[in-house]
Amino acid sequence: MSESKGIRLEHISKIYQDPKTGKDFKAVDDTNLVIEPGSFVTLLGPSGCGKTTTLRMIAGFESPDEGEIYIGDEAVNELTPNKRDTAMVFQSYALFPHYNVFDNVAYGLKLRKMDAETIRKKVMKILDLVELGGMEARMTNQLSGGQQQRVALARALVVEPSVLLFDEPLSNLDAKLRVSMRTEIRNIQQRVGITAVYVTHDQSEAMALSDQIIIMNKGVVAQIGTPQEIYYHPKDAFVANFIGEANFLKGKLESKDGDKGVMRIYDQNVAVENVGELAKGDECMLVLRPESAVLDTAGQLPCQVTMSCFMGSYQHYHVKVGDFIVQIMDFNPKHKRIFCVGESAFIKFDACDSHILKA
Amino acid sequence: MASKSRSAQLDRKKLFSDPVTVGMIVILLIFLTLFICYPLFVLLIDSVYTEGSVTLDVFRRVLNMQRFRTAFGNTVVLGFLTSILSTLIGLLFAYVDVYVKVRSKVVGRLFQVVSLLPVVSPPFVLSLSTIMLFGRSGIITRSLLHIYDSNVYGLKGIVVVQTLTFFPVCYMMLKGLLKNIDPSLEEAARDIGASRMKVFSTVTLPLLLPGLGNAFLVTFIESVADFANPMLIGGDYDTLATTIYLQVTGSYDSTGAAAMSVVLLSLTLILFFVQKYYLEKKTAATLTGKASRARMLIEDKSVTIPLTIFCSLVAAFVILMYIMIPFGALFKLWGRDYSLSLKWFEYLFKYSGFKAFKDSFILSIIAAPITALLSMVISYLVVKKKFKSKGFIEFISMLAMAVPGTVLGIGYIRGYANGIFHTGILSGLYGTGLILIIVFIIRSLPVGTRSGISALRQIDKSIEESAYNLGAGSGKVFMTVTLPLIKDSFFSGLVTSFVRSITAISAIILLVTPQFLLITCQINEFAEKGYYGVACAYATILILIVYFSVLLMNLFIRFFGTSRKIKEEN
Repeated sequence: MSESKGIRLEHISKIYQDPKTGKDFKAVDDTNLVIEPGSFVTLLGPSGCGKTTTLRMIAGFESPDEGEIYIGDEAVNELTPNKRDTAMVFQSYALFPHYNVFDNVAYGLKLRKMDAETIRKKVMKILDLVELGGMEARMTNQLSGGQQQRVALARALVVEPSVLLFDEPLSNLDAKLRVSMRTEIRNIQQRVGITAVYVTHDQSEAMALSDQIIIMNKGVVAQIGTPQEIYYHPKDAFVANFIGEANFLKGKLESKDGDKGVMRIYDQNVAVENVGELAKGDECMLVLRPESAVLDTAGQLPCQVTMSCFMGSYQHYHVKVGDFIVQIMDFNPKHKRIFCVGESAFIKFDACDSHILKA
Repeated sequence: MASKSRSAQLDRKKLFSDPVTVGMIVILLIFLTLFICYPLFVLLIDSVYTEGSVTLDVFRRVLNMQRFRTAFGNTVVLGFLTSILSTLIGLLFAYVDVYVKVRSKVVGRLFQVVSLLPVVSPPFVLSLSTIMLFGRSGIITRSLLHIYDSNVYGLKGIVVVQTLTFFPVCYMMLKGLLKNIDPSLEEAARDIGASRMKVFSTVTLPLLLPGLGNAFLVTFIESVADFANPMLIGGDYDTLATTIYLQVTGSYDSTGAAAMSVVLLSLTLILFFVQKYYLEKKTAATLTGKASRARMLIEDKSVTIPLTIFCSLVAAFVILMYIMIPFGALFKLWGRDYSLSLKWFEYLFKYSGFKAFKDSFILSIIAAPITALLSMVISYLVVKKKFKSKGFIEFISMLAMAVPGTVLGIGYIRGYANGIFHTGILSGLYGTGLILIIVFIIRSLPVGTRSGISALRQIDKSIEESAYNLGAGSGKVFMTVTLPLIKDSFFSGLVTSFVRSITAISAIILLVTPQFLLITCQINEFAEKGYYGVACAYATILILIVYFSVLLMNLFIRFFGTSRKIKEEN
């Protein structure tokens, strides 16, 4: 196994021309990234945010307009994809339909001019790793979607690249398979210890897989952090909204004491935590995850119930606080008081579950 | 400030680090410039540049020629009539094929045969059989109807023959479009209360209109460029293509012919541009939808019976015309003595027939693989690669489609008879078999390229990217991934270019030297002299060669084709 290498992007920009207006726009805008060797990093963002373009620039399919990309310590801007030590797993699997499973996986090894016996051993070993032992003679169209994706993974892994790239590899699979495949991808990556960059728009996939998540928006990195950091401490409303569900309640910071404080929302004083850099008197926003609040007969914020819906594992509410609609998921509702539409109630939450952003 | 140029620079650097791609691009640029751009450019120079100065004298002289004016008018009239008729009949066939429930299997077979004919048919064939059926000693006119002064020559003859030759192309084009119309559109109209006629005129027809225009223009270009049929059955109805030919071979006025060629070329190019850049886009825009499910076929007998009968009659008539050819070769003397004999075949082989088959065969079999490979390489570069001259390569190789063979032939005469720009460079080329092979390649390139491009567009680009990503260079990717995936297209390109080459006439007839005997030129010569028996014998063997090539192609694709499997997958 060649040692896994880190990746560095320094001031990378990519400019495209809008085919309709003919105007230039930046698909990726002055992006700096450091990806540690052996880590699993996800590029997450809505479509058009520049995540796939970034990945394709690392692979060499696109060329940046500004900045330099390093794989390990080598500047790779001028290298063609076949000269870079990366292997990619594509969204459409991109298996060679005229080859069987064995030949698909062996393709990269044959290019490296290995002898037949070594190739056979390596292919068999990797097929065992992805649990496809015994399938080597099948044509790719005789495989299920999940199996095809495993062949694609094996084909990328077998050449022992320094970096493994994933371009939304699970989006063509059905929901259940997606979950089991992502566990498998994570396990294999851990076992092999390879650097992996994974592009997805599915936040749960990103959370389940990554050491680090890089959230991109409109060509710019919005936040980098571990899944927990990003979920509990989003840097801005975009990140908060994109990862998981979030309620935003606007108000003013009345007082501040270290990281704690009191926020005024619709004439109510609410104790909050995670105030961050904000100062007393600042306009701000309370970010509240739907699952961290419940409805009760007493609490921080009075509200009116506008929707109440039983979902099995939780009771789903929409309530009105002033002009804001707040979403609440009250888990395990079996023995709780259920509020009906039109009733008055209070939103209750722990101050430590709050997160405050600048408005 | 960042600009797009940085990535363009990097892309170029990456491209140049790949010698195979760069080499291919350079070879293509030289080849296309030398054998398409240059000869056409020479024609333009020739017609405006005499004795060191730029004048329009040649044009003035040509435009004042009564013969030229008549020919121009004739060409346009012929083009109009032929393309209107071909489009209409083609539409009818397509409609019956896609919309009407046809119970009889025989009719289905007839349709299949008709759709295959334009691929297989050598030029002349329909003209020959029209003369043999309806001419002065025609089997129908003379022997059945006892008309002794029947005259098939002239406009009506050419229109009939060209229509029957070109309508299958329209049929295939329109069939593809009709199949792409989502049946629910028409069902929605029916559901709101429109009659079938109303649905056709308010939904189907408007959707099809750009496609009809497309078919019309493609046929127009073909008709205007057609040399063989007007030559044989035109009588004194001269078109531009035949006039140019006569201007060179009869009046030895090749500057005049060059000026006429410029006029003919402008005509076809204008049509080509309208078709390619206006109508083709519109067609794509209106018919992007894929049929969501099978169409309910029309079963109403008042519709099905007349339509089926009409189409079957036309199809049967076309097939009858082909059947005439072998009989023309087997009958002792057409119009007089209908007893069977092999004397025309014996005559053919006694007088250098064997050499004609050998020459035609060898030249075509050399040209075919080169054409097929070149067109696949062009399609690969055009579809999968980014580089500056890509637009030029795609444009020129498609442009060749709109260049009439006669024009290309004159261009080669003017451009290569004394070497490039009369410098003597490459002058050895003229009069050799090599220049014939080059003409074959250029004439078939657009067809192969078009089929290659459409085959490649269906292949997910990430399949090649993954090979590239795993460490393969461009040449390797092309040989191990691209080519195997478009094997069908490659092989059909191989056969199509072989067939097109062995049946080619218009450019070739101007360039062939006595050193080479070609089947098509022989047919032309014997038919002009009135030796229909020998002409038919040549044509019969030619049809057989072509037919077996196509048969071979279908067998190959059935047993070794991979693309079908891949297509089913998607």
